[in-house]
Amino acid sequence: MTVQTWTYILVGITFALYIGIAIWSRAGSTKEFYVAGGGVSPLANGMATAADWMSAASFISMAGIIAFAGYDGSVYLMGWTGGYVLLALLLAPYLRKFGKFTVPDFIGDRYYSNTARIVAVICALLVSFTYVAGQMRGVGLVFSRFLEVDINTGVIIGMIIVLFYAVLGGMKGITYTQVAQYCILIFAFMVPAIFISIQMTGNPIPQIGMGSTLNDGSGTFLLDKLDGLSTELGFNEYTDGSKSMTDIFAITLALMVGTAGLPHVIVRFFTVKRVKDARKSAGWALLLIAILYTTAPAVAVFARTNMINTVSNQPYADMPKWFSTWEKTELIAFDDKNGDGKIQYVADAKLNELTVDREIMVLANPEIANLPAWVIALVAAGSLAAALSTAAGLLLVISSSISHDLIKKVLKPDISEKGELWAARGAATVAVVIAGYFGIDPPGFVAAVVALAFGLAAASFFPAIVLGIFYKKMNKEGAIAGMVVGIVLMLFYMLKFKFGIFDGGKEAVAGLAKDWWFGISPEGFGTVAMIVNFIVAIVVMQFTPPPPQNVQDIVEDIRIPSGAGEATGH
Amino acid sequence: MIDKQKKATAYWKENVRYLFILLFIWFAVSYGAGILFKDALDTIKIGGFKLGFWFAQQGSIYVFVILIFVYVRLMNKLDKKYGYDE
Repeated sequence: MTVQTWTYILVGITFALYIGIAIWSRAGSTKEFYVAGGGVSPLANGMATAADWMSAASFISMAGIIAFAGYDGSVYLMGWTGGYVLLALLLAPYLRKFGKFTVPDFIGDRYYSNTARIVAVICALLVSFTYVAGQMRGVGLVFSRFLEVDINTGVIIGMIIVLFYAVLGGMKGITYTQVAQYCILIFAFMVPAIFISIQMTGNPIPQIGMGSTLNDGSGTFLLDKLDGLSTELGFNEYTDGSKSMTDIFAITLALMVGTAGLPHVIVRFFTVKRVKDARKSAGWALLLIAILYTTAPAVAVFARTNMINTVSNQPYADMPKWFSTWEKTELIAFDDKNGDGKIQYVADAKLNELTVDREIMVLANPEIANLPAWVIALVAAGSLAAALSTAAGLLLVISSSISHDLIKKVLKPDISEKGELWAARGAATVAVVIAGYFGIDPPGFVAAVVALAFGLAAASFFPAIVLGIFYKKMNKEGAIAGMVVGIVLMLFYMLKFKFGIFDGGKEAVAGLAKDWWFGISPEGFGTVAMIVNFIVAIVVMQFTPPPPQNVQDIVEDIRIPSGAGEATGH
Repeated sequence: MIDKQKKATAYWKENVRYLFILLFIWFAVSYGAGILFKDALDTIKIGGFKLGFWFAQQGSIYVFVILIFVYVRLMNKLDKKYGYDE
């Protein structure tokens, strides 16, 4: 059977599964819609969190980015996993004890202020919308390559599926769909990795294969071989990167803190029964995520080595079939500058004849390694699972921010439960349509902003939540001032250095790198904005009245794990 | 009432002490071994891995997972000790 037939079969089966789960688990109350009824087991919650968290970026892009960035790619590996330690130790148990539905719920109640609630809603929408647009684009890309429909049709198919199970099932539907999606995506990621690891090093465990000797009998270590190939072609040594230490430090911290502040991840910890379950499910989530995250750098090394070996200095006419398949998508391009018919792939831009989009490494990897057709189709189904699960989680944050935090808590407190449920479904529908629009017609800023969603989350939520738990005296004036200053500063830095708004547009961006504050890139600036948020909050607090006694009592109470009861909206 | 308050304060103190220790390890393996002292550690090689590079791309992640499960264990014991277990 061809790759395409296999893809139709596997994608069809997985989609039928998601829809079946949605029908089986549709939500009947707001509690089921927002927190899945509150009785999810820690392991199931860990799986759902892992699928929720691992997006198209983790599944499709990350290994590719690492393959080209080498050591510099470590920022994603450490950043996107280390955040779970912060989440488990500093946030999850206390937010679960607090026992409400959403992150703005916590901020609004802890800081006894609807202004704080609204600021939090705006931050949540900003973070979620920028992030979800990238997911829908990912869905479109996968469809266009594997089902050979155009990107727009792909996005619309994805929209309908997500709409169906997010709107019908709410958090309950999403949770159990995500459990299925985790299984599919992890299987799809591991199978080709294991195949290739055996092919190249004879070791079936990619994490170890990455540091083993090559299968070709030379006795050379794979990583040494790759370091050699890289320097030969004029690139940096693979294991040694090119970013400054300050920047690596800042980006890693911004990603960690941003991970811990992402609203769609935080809400998952409201769905378990007890505080100890919240701690445990954070552990499960990270363990399940780590399976993919420790394999990704191995995939990166295999793919990079394989690619260089296949193309470097080889005649264009001899290229394997995957090369021309991907040429059609224009994600790989050959320009025979010196007219010798051979591919020169080197670091020097003037002599280099091959451009490869980093996005394709994971998707093309099984083809590059000559794996069977069903494996290639499996990767397609897995990447759709990754993109759809994250999109659904984000849509739920958007819809609950609007129906629960804005309509129920601020605009129309007397709304009935039924009315709120319908408002939530309506908001989810509108959000899917907007996300789909961004996927079909992505404004230039979408791709660039996805990485920055973490900076925004780091700059706004993390300090407000941590201070709310660990600093009893923190008051509303301090928290609001901190969040506003943090997010505005982050937005300003993004606009200035990522989009060149103040300096002549996108073309000027590369030239602005020398003006970065403290040499920190926009991706790492969330760290600075977060620190400023902390400082502003603490300074403002000194000059304003302390929080009322009943709020201080709430803080005392969330520090004690027993008596968590059930999550409620009231 | 006073006793209850005392118990809560003592519990919180022990909790925060655990956090400091665990977060110190969290910082040491990632920012320490993976970034600040990477070059020094790279002079040591284990199998095909330079040690600093290994910490940055593999080792720190393994340690993170272990840290959370250690935290779960420590806190479950602490909950029992203070009668907050449920």
